Amino acid sequence: MVTVDDYVARTEGTCGKEQDVIVIFKFEKKDEAVKRILVKATLKKSIAGIVFELTFKNFSFRLYGSGKAIFRDLKNKEELNALLSELLT
Amino acid sequence: MLDPYKIREDFPILKRKVNDNPLIYFDNAATSQKPRQVIEAIKDFYENHNANVHRAVHTLSQEATELYETAHEEVARFINAKGMEETVFVRGTTEAINLVAYAWGLHNLKRGDEIVVTLMEHHSNIVPWEMIAALRKASVKYCEINDDGTLNYESMENLMSKKTKMVCVSHVSNVTGVVNDVKRVVKLAHENGAWALVDGAQSVPHMPVNVKELDADFLAFSGHKMLGPTGIGVLYGKKDILERMEPFHGGGEMIREVSFNPKTKHCKISWNVLPWKFEAGTPNVCGAVGLMEAIRYLERIGMGNVKAHEEVLTKYAIPRIESCKKAKIYGTRDTSVKCGMIPFGIEGLSSHDVALFLDNYGIMVRSGFHCAQPLHEMFKLSSSARASFYVYNTREEIDRFIEVLKEIGQF
Repeated sequence: MVTVDDYVARTEGTCGKEQDVIVIFKFEKKDEAVKRILVKATLKKSIAGIVFELTFKNFSFRLYGSGKAIFRDLKNKEELNALLSELLT
Repeated sequence: MLDPYKIREDFPILKRKVNDNPLIYFDNAATSQKPRQVIEAIKDFYENHNANVHRAVHTLSQEATELYETAHEEVARFINAKGMEETVFVRGTTEAINLVAYAWGLHNLKRGDEIVVTLMEHHSNIVPWEMIAALRKASVKYCEINDDGTLNYESMENLMSKKTKMVCVSHVSNVTGVVNDVKRVVKLAHENGAWALVDGAQSVPHMPVNVKELDADFLAFSGHKMLGPTGIGVLYGKKDILERMEPFHGGGEMIREVSFNPKTKHCKISWNVLPWKFEAGTPNVCGAVGLMEAIRYLERIGMGNVKAHEEVLTKYAIPRIESCKKAKIYGTRDTSVKCGMIPFGIEGLSSHDVALFLDNYGIMVRSGFHCAQPLHEMFKLSSSARASFYVYNTREEIDRFIEVLKEIGQF
């Protein structure tokens, strides 16, 4: 069974007043993770097919072709995990 | 002038690609890249000279000791200190400041005493002072800064009094790159009977720094920001002051004698001479060797040339960043009072979005508070992105950076 850990290498809280979280996907799985997320989330905007402004269940986030994503306004780690689980599995 | 294209040949990492793009490294204020000469010196030490230093008679220890002591001497010469007794090796700037805060503050501060810092300080020049002030019932006073990020010298003058015992100021802000007139601050401190500590983390790697000229009582800086390895830094202190100070850490190396008295059932301890009194335990010998090589490398370039090169790049970058849609530079744009770093933002995007966007194109910049939250609060910023330059950066890299910034502005 596919899990979030299959795709996510690390999550990191950002430094600054914004309580953003950066998700770094495993290098070998990043392309697959990006594809999976693009199927499930709603695309608002994109640049050159490498930066995507997305929404999913009232959450807005940006996904980067480099295999990173930045999530905003999340309450806690559980909320992030639930969101990633729905997006990736 | 230096030739950045020739210098780049010495930096293996600059040949790599990130996200299929050539690496552009603009996060030099956080840490610098390392030239082959430094990497080779570290490798050579471990392959040929590795041993613990001092108090051993064997050949390898003698060689390691010779290298370690020479590194102290070279650092002393680099900043024009009197000699190695004034240069204490520590892990970095943070440890150097903590050393002074605890070794001096714990034994000398008393209720009602004041420590003056500025609102532009890195957290490492705020937190140790707040901690030691709380322990000693002293207080920390904050010097204001002007709207453009420059130091408000009037505020500094107004804060100083006979209660002031220590004045702590960064030579160069790690956010705005503003160069403070630390000579003036040191003079003010001395006129009020206080000591002055200069945080040189962002100045020593980028410009000529002469401790005799500054007359600072302490200067702290890190090796990893000046082409050297991580885990090695320097606390410069005037010899007579270091001699009067108590040690920071206790252990081997920092003692002359530990003699057990069977009558009192206690050990009688006396301290080693400078700088060893402040270097307890086995030191970072290899780090010192790497730092020495980094200093030699910078000296071959010439610190005046380093400064001039960064000024050229900063002058080149500022109007180009400002020409980008939605881009804003924070703090002064006057390159006569600032070093090679530019804090900026893109309207509608967080600094982390900007950094991630640039990363996608192989461009490394820092985002966040840069460990200077009070300064960001003063600027009413939730965070900032920061591009910072060094000897291997080029105008072409800035051109590419601007191209990507323009793309971000369309987002």
